[in-house]
Amino acid sequence: MSTTGAPATPCASYMTDKLGPLPFCPGCGHHVVAKALDQALVKLQLDPHKVVIVTDIGCIGLSDRYFTTNAFHGLHGRAVTYACGLKLARPELTVIALMGDGGCGIGGTHVLNVARRNIGITLIVANNFNYGMTGGQHSVTTPSAGITSTTPWGNVEGPMDLCGTTIAAGAAWVARCTMFDKDLADVMAQALAQPGFALLDVWELCTAYYAPRNRMKKKELDDLLASDGLRLGVLADTPRPEYSARYRAAYETGRAASKRRPAIEVQHGNSVPRQTGIIIAGSAGQKIRSTAALFAQAGMFSGLEATQKDDYPITVMTGHSLAELIFSRQRIDYTAIEAPDYLLVISEDGLISSHDRLQRLPDTCTVYAEQSLDLPVTKARVVRCPIAQAAAQAGRRSVAVIAVAAMLQDTGLFPLDAFARAISTFQEANIAEANLKALKAGAALVSDRLSAD
Amino acid sequence: MGREFLEGNEAIARGAMKARCDFFAGYPITPASSILHYMLELVPAIGGTAIQAEDEIASIGFCIGAAMAGRKAMTATSGPGISLYSENIGLAQIGETPLVIVNVQRQGPATGSATKGAEGDIQFTRWVTSGGLPVIALSPATVGEAYELTYRAFNLAEQYRSPVFVLTSKEIGVTRESVDLDAIELPPLVERKRVGDDEEYLPHRFDRPADVPAMSDFGGAHIARYTTSTHDQAAYLTAKPAVIQEMIDHYTAKIDAVADDIALVKRDFQESAETLIISYGITSRSAAVAVREARARGARVSSLVLQTLWPVPQRAILAALDGIRRVIVPEMNMGQYRLEIERLAPTGVAVIGVNKMNTTLISPAEIQRTGGLL
Ligand SMILES: Cc1ncc(C[n+]2csc(CCOP(=O)(O)OP(=O)(O)O)c2C)c(N)n1
Ligand code: SF4
Ligand SMILES: [Mg+2]
Repeated sequence: MSTTGAPATPCASYMTDKLGPLPFCPGCGHHVVAKALDQALVKLQLDPHKVVIVTDIGCIGLSDRYFTTNAFHGLHGRAVTYACGLKLARPELTVIALMGDGGCGIGGTHVLNVARRNIGITLIVANNFNYGMTGGQHSVTTPSAGITSTTPWGNVEGPMDLCGTTIAAGAAWVARCTMFDKDLADVMAQALAQPGFALLDVWELCTAYYAPRNRMKKKELDDLLASDGLRLGVLADTPRPEYSARYRAAYETGRAASKRRPAIEVQHGNSVPRQTGIIIAGSAGQKIRSTAALFAQAGMFSGLEATQKDDYPITVMTGHSLAELIFSRQRIDYTAIEAPDYLLVISEDGLISSHDRLQRLPDTCTVYAEQSLDLPVTKARVVRCPIAQAAAQAGRRSVAVIAVAAMLQDTGLFPLDAFARAISTFQEANIAEANLKALKAGAALVSDRLSAD
Repeated sequence: MGREFLEGNEAIARGAMKARCDFFAGYPITPASSILHYMLELVPAIGGTAIQAEDEIASIGFCIGAAMAGRKAMTATSGPGISLYSENIGLAQIGETPLVIVNVQRQGPATGSATKGAEGDIQFTRWVTSGGLPVIALSPATVGEAYELTYRAFNLAEQYRSPVFVLTSKEIGVTRESVDLDAIELPPLVERKRVGDDEEYLPHRFDRPADVPAMSDFGGAHIARYTTSTHDQAAYLTAKPAVIQEMIDHYTAKIDAVADDIALVKRDFQESAETLIISYGITSRSAAVAVREARARGARVSSLVLQTLWPVPQRAILAALDGIRRVIVPEMNMGQYRLEIERLAPTGVAVIGVNKMNTTLISPAEIQRTGGLL
């Protein structure tokens, strides 16, 4: 329950008789559940504007319109989801989901998850052991050997204990009643008053189907409880903070200081003549993607437009990692690279993933390759550099920076200063420091010992 | 903010925040997951809630509940998740719930090529749920448009009390581009019409079929009602055929009647061209290159890029078809929107599809080759 005020004048009832009597079959337990809910609301004197009754599909779902509170009638099995949405949006509301045992089957995952999350709604299950609305088929709570239209020889499936299941899922408050319990409305009021999630499982009779087919009346209902060794009353009462409160608190303490990314102003020139495609092929863990992004942003510092696409296996820490970059002085429309102008092959994984491409490359392409790699025959110009050796000194996580720096130094597409600017602008100080050193080492590879085949 | 290097999914999150989205629920799926991550970072900072739900059914269910309680809600997924949204999309239609649904399309059907692109959900979006009521769907082609059209999607959702799709794809969602979001011109923000506290309230009140009913939030001044069952203007169950038809006419009219007003298209027409390329999404960028290359060779060719896919921007398409003898429709699917063009094209106009669904982009050369522009 929430802290909202009571209605201005005391409410004698939260139901209307304008729509005539409740639509259920004579003797149906749903009458009892609906009236108990009315009595529970009267007892709590909640403002009807601040109460939402969310009903599921099923006979029980016909009841919301008889209440003078807000009413939300949703899809079969999903009442809990709308209830959670309403509660998350407005934690001050008292949100009650009213659902059948059928809804608990098709929407079982929502029941488990709301219990686990402890979102402060109340779930009342009108549990009549079958699907009343669709003609008495068996449900997840149909007792063993129970006769239904879909278990004509007796149910061979075991019933689910809703209370036990939600307790196992972490429900803060759980109770079981039958429609014959004198204190049903009181227990319901207790459920509504819980700040966290509460489940009330009400065992009752479907007088059209389950009860007559299985000769079930009050005594047989009690016997069923006894034979299953199940208890009535409050079965779990372990309050813990409601979801929204925890969410807020966790956010306040855990949120990262807002990382403002500075805008990229043009600071350098470039000599990129036309749309230029560059592929960086390496291994997972070599910072291929983040280095490519820095490279792209360096291009933007140099007055270029840029795009970047990545390719890597679903398991991120192993195998190849590929980044495709396009630079252009104009808007970039087509973002696929059919034949790259430059291909950087940094590791064995990178080589494997670009092996076929290497064989197809035209002579307009330049390949910068780690010198130890055994490249296939290609028409492209190949520049071998001791990238791995430099990385052994400068740091293995900077290997991609080394390769890009060597390539930039060799091509002069735009100044190395622009790459340095991107590194110091977008990386944390200690990482930037290492990468700036790597950048120098990469550039030196070209001026010192570059060898073109 | 100035120039940045962003992926389309981040631009979607930023567009949503610009529209003051304060509720997000989603379930992780490549290539849409990063929207969930961005929203978890951005939404709580304005006092809203972003949450990972147990599945897509819960994601959209949370959103519908929150939207009816006054939040501006969005969810994001890819094709497999849209399948799970289906039933609830119908609920949002007849409940008249403002809601933005992002589909970052990937190659399908089923699990398909999870990390690869396609635009195969075009007709699926139109016929996404039972009943066949009209939907609104916008399709960005760039990271900048992902931002702009998400913002606009919120405006349309609020204005027409309707679920609105942002139909993007892997190729935009997880491709980074240089972009300046601040330089993008946006229309004023639209908020849903709300019934005054002292006014009488009917959940679905309209006089003429195309009127959009004013809302009252759950928990506000009025007693609110909402139902998945066939209902009247008061949201009470009804079995009267006349009333049922009146409601169906209303859901249909409020979107169909404004089809041409909400149509967003980009025109690049060439005097006396007899060939027209009609494209959308990522493929429209290949079309732009194809047009440039063909013109450079002296061909005369026009281009119409659709940003609104549903409802069909009929007037804009018919106007573009004036004087045209050949229409080329390139799509990263086996010819879905071509059906709409064939329906609209006058007899005698050839409609040529350029179609591929092998996870690679349709190239400018393929458009020119199949389209007979070479
Ligand atoms: C997705 C979906 N599947 C099936 C149905 C058909 N259906 C309506 S009510 C119902 C079962 C209701 O049983 P229960 O939840 O136990 O409610 P009761 O009628 O017993 O009160 C079913 C299967 C539906 N409405 N939606
Ligand atoms: S069919 Fe069963 S559950 Fe439905 S109203 Fe009749 S008795 Fe009640
Ligand atoms: Mg039942």
